[in-house]
Amino acid sequence: MSTAEIPALSLVPKTSIDQSAKDFKTDQEVRWCPGCGDYAILAAVQGFLPELGLARENIVFISGIGCSSRFPYYMNTYGMHSIHGRAPAIASGLAMTRPDLSVWVITGDGDALSIGGNHLIHALRRNVNLKILLFNNRIYGLTKGQYSPTSEIGKITKSTPMGSLDYPFNPVSVALGAEATFVARTIDSDRKHLTEVLRAAAEHEGTALVEIYQNCNIFNDGAWEPLKDNDVRDDVTIRLVHGEPIRFGLDGSRGVARMPDGTVQVVSVEQVGVDNLLVHDAHAADPGVAFALSRLSDSVSLQDTPIGIFRDVQRPSYDRLLRDQLAEAKAKQGEGDLGALLRGNDTWVV
Amino acid sequence: MSKQVVQLDQVIIRFAGDSGDGMQITGDRFTSTTATFGNDLSTLPDFPAEIRAPAGTLAGVSAFQLHFADHDIMTPGDAPHVLVAMNPAALKANLKDMPRGRDIIANTDEFTKRNLEKVGFTANPLEDGSLDSFKVHPIALTSLTVEALKDCDISKKEAERAKNMFALGMLSWLYHRPIEGTIAWLEAKFSSKPEILKANIAAFQAGWSYGETTEEFSVQYEIRPAKLPMGTYRNISGNLALSYGLIAASKCTGLPLFLGSYPITPASDILHELSKQKKFGVATFQAEDEIAGVGAAIGAAYGGALAITTTSGPGVALKSEAIGLAVSLELPLIVIDVQRGGPSTGLPTKTEQSDLLQAMFGRNGEAPVPIVAPRSPSDCFNAAIEAARIATVYRTPVFILSDGYLANGSEPWLVPNEADLPDLTVEFATAPNHQSADGTDEYWPYLRDPQTLARPWAVPGTPGLEHRIGGLEKADGTGHISYDATNHDLMVRTRAAKIDGIEIPDLYVDDPDGDAKVLMLGWGSTYGPIGVACKHARRAGLKVAQAHLRHLNPFPKNTGEVLKRYEHVIVPEMNLGQLALLLRAKYLVDVMSYNQVRGLPFKSDELRQVIEDVIANGVHA
Repeated sequence: MSTAEIPALSLVPKTSIDQSAKDFKTDQEVRWCPGCGDYAILAAVQGFLPELGLARENIVFISGIGCSSRFPYYMNTYGMHSIHGRAPAIASGLAMTRPDLSVWVITGDGDALSIGGNHLIHALRRNVNLKILLFNNRIYGLTKGQYSPTSEIGKITKSTPMGSLDYPFNPVSVALGAEATFVARTIDSDRKHLTEVLRAAAEHEGTALVEIYQNCNIFNDGAWEPLKDNDVRDDVTIRLVHGEPIRFGLDGSRGVARMPDGTVQVVSVEQVGVDNLLVHDAHAADPGVAFALSRLSDSVSLQDTPIGIFRDVQRPSYDRLLRDQLAEAKAKQGEGDLGALLRGNDTWVV
Repeated sequence: MSKQVVQLDQVIIRFAGDSGDGMQITGDRFTSTTATFGNDLSTLPDFPAEIRAPAGTLAGVSAFQLHFADHDIMTPGDAPHVLVAMNPAALKANLKDMPRGRDIIANTDEFTKRNLEKVGFTANPLEDGSLDSFKVHPIALTSLTVEALKDCDISKKEAERAKNMFALGMLSWLYHRPIEGTIAWLEAKFSSKPEILKANIAAFQAGWSYGETTEEFSVQYEIRPAKLPMGTYRNISGNLALSYGLIAASKCTGLPLFLGSYPITPASDILHELSKQKKFGVATFQAEDEIAGVGAAIGAAYGGALAITTTSGPGVALKSEAIGLAVSLELPLIVIDVQRGGPSTGLPTKTEQSDLLQAMFGRNGEAPVPIVAPRSPSDCFNAAIEAARIATVYRTPVFILSDGYLANGSEPWLVPNEADLPDLTVEFATAPNHQSADGTDEYWPYLRDPQTLARPWAVPGTPGLEHRIGGLEKADGTGHISYDATNHDLMVRTRAAKIDGIEIPDLYVDDPDGDAKVLMLGWGSTYGPIGVACKHARRAGLKVAQAHLRHLNPFPKNTGEVLKRYEHVIVPEMNLGQLALLLRAKYLVDVMSYNQVRGLPFKSDELRQVIEDVIANGVHA
């Protein structure tokens, strides 16, 4: 499908200029710590945007506060580095009023799920045309190492010397619970997978939430190591591909099946049989199975962690419905007449 | 038999009853009729925050006061000439405001033992002589209504509910109001419920006939139309005038209107009204909370909309950080604060002026925001356009400080001609504005207009002007992140200078003889009562000057000079002296505060007394 036919981008002007990743770089010195996972994500975004062929001036990145939220300064597009947690709200106002823009939100686990949790869930349920990239490193980086709402329970940090007491959020579960229309998870170090997911998100009409497992090598190094380590990653990672049976493990020996009691569990392929594996359906109207998949992973060991697109369904975006109402009002009532409005129905003449 | 007709120059009526008695509708309807008749008028709705407090209790009393006259008036009036009390609670709650000798119409059906006891009457005041100094008209409004509707196919309860229309009909007769408007209004309101419509019209007409025939009223009153400046008039409340002003401002600026808002009393009616006006291209967004409301507005402003957020005091507190962001981003934004009693949840349905300092200083860092305050319900229209001018010309958030009285109160409004509205056309940046050392064209988002100090407004979608802005301190000109000490000092001072330099008209002083020694200086909705107080004081031979601040940040350039011209400056405010604090700090003038925070507008008589006291003794009581 060419971008001209993609509903999410059909109203965004295209460019005739050949773009490359270089066109999306700014002259600003990138100031993340050496070795930060953010570099890889920045490179992937700058690398894939030219594919969309959009006019660069019609792309906007809006962020909140945190390490990841410096992202817009490094993108040669329009951008706003806003305030803590509020980027989805600000981006919603922009997306609602400007259908000719491709609007991206850059946020982190603290920004999106703690201080900005309310805005996130409401943006997701409303389905405003936003692409939200949630960099999850399970720690507060910019404030120098406190636990975050995705930190595993018992986490020892500066603010929790005896271990954190909070039960963590699973961002994908949260998004599916809010009935987001596009929910995916990917990993900073897997450039190919990251790019595929970003592309699918860009093409989705409505709010897309992409959780990106990102490594903070200063305050929480190795948080996602089992999913990155060449030797073990295939053993713990479940790669979701729409239309294919969910099968994983070093030798493909494990899979996911629906049990007689209705639950979804990790099973031995040998015992269950290939034909009885669950076939991943990202387009399923009901988010129930996708939610069950999001619950498979162990938040500490990361065993059985699905990555890929959990859910990708069509529902008219809020901004489209808003534009339709404005058009309908004009069609039914005619263009507003200010003089008539000011006079109203009950006037008298002196 | 026609009764004697007596001419009056003005009347103040207060309708009071239970929250469910329809007093606000009755008052509104009487107001509309009075407006189209051509009287000048001013209204004061006064209702509890509870939607339906327990029936018959003092907490549930809802009132609507209307002042109308054959001449120019400025306030809803101090004390009613007539109180319509639908039950004992309404009588008890309002009796203290009634001067002796005035009329009280009481619905005797509700003066039962149980209802009397509920509000602490041990005997029926309509019968025990305690109201002998008033002209009491005991009328069985409920049973007269039920009797009049006995042929209607509705339940007894529905018939009883029409008693407010009976009362409206009776008062319409008493004050010679035309009836056609009310009947047309009922027809529109109940078009889908023919039986209810029939019943309401019947009750209204029965009330009228009752007035005509009863011996209770020996005279009928007439209040001739007021002699107002020529033109087309309508009646308008402050919230409606603000809504219309915003739509007009959208037209004047050529920018689409966007409202991001969260419901809150008493500001919600602006959200409701603008939501109805989609044919003007007005986009309204009911956000998940106050912060998202202002956040979405900031996003829309970034995209080139005329962006608004509406709220009341508690909402402003929540929006503070985002307003600070708008100060830093230097984007146009209008923040409407319809003030109510505080602190915290305070008095949601009552009026107060206690958010001035919050609007002025309620943000972290040095974050100056211009403030515009309308002075009457209809003036809200002009305030909205003025706020849009300042916001777009100076690229800044602007506060409009309305209040609960302005929001719900109404008055006749000389409808402006569309052609007379100002041209506020906004020019977005379209081309680079700077050349780098190597000759490359660049866009500097913080390169300022030397006159206004405003930065250019380049909206996304403009090729070649891609740039990043944010809440971190920016380098002068380029807008890049800068932690440089000297640059920060410069940027803080520049943002302050931009707001201080906003062009606004001088403060006008009304001093008829030019030799007054006392100045009454107010802001916002106190204009009416201060004006009437000055007028009455002058009528009594006293010399007093009046001035009213529309702009509270920056102050008009001549403010200091005006303050120093008078021996005494009295500043009446519905707070504990917030404007006075600002004036003392800025101009080192020992202004005299006069304060009340009772949730109601000032009475002009008490302000007249203050003027008298200060002229006589140099102090007020």
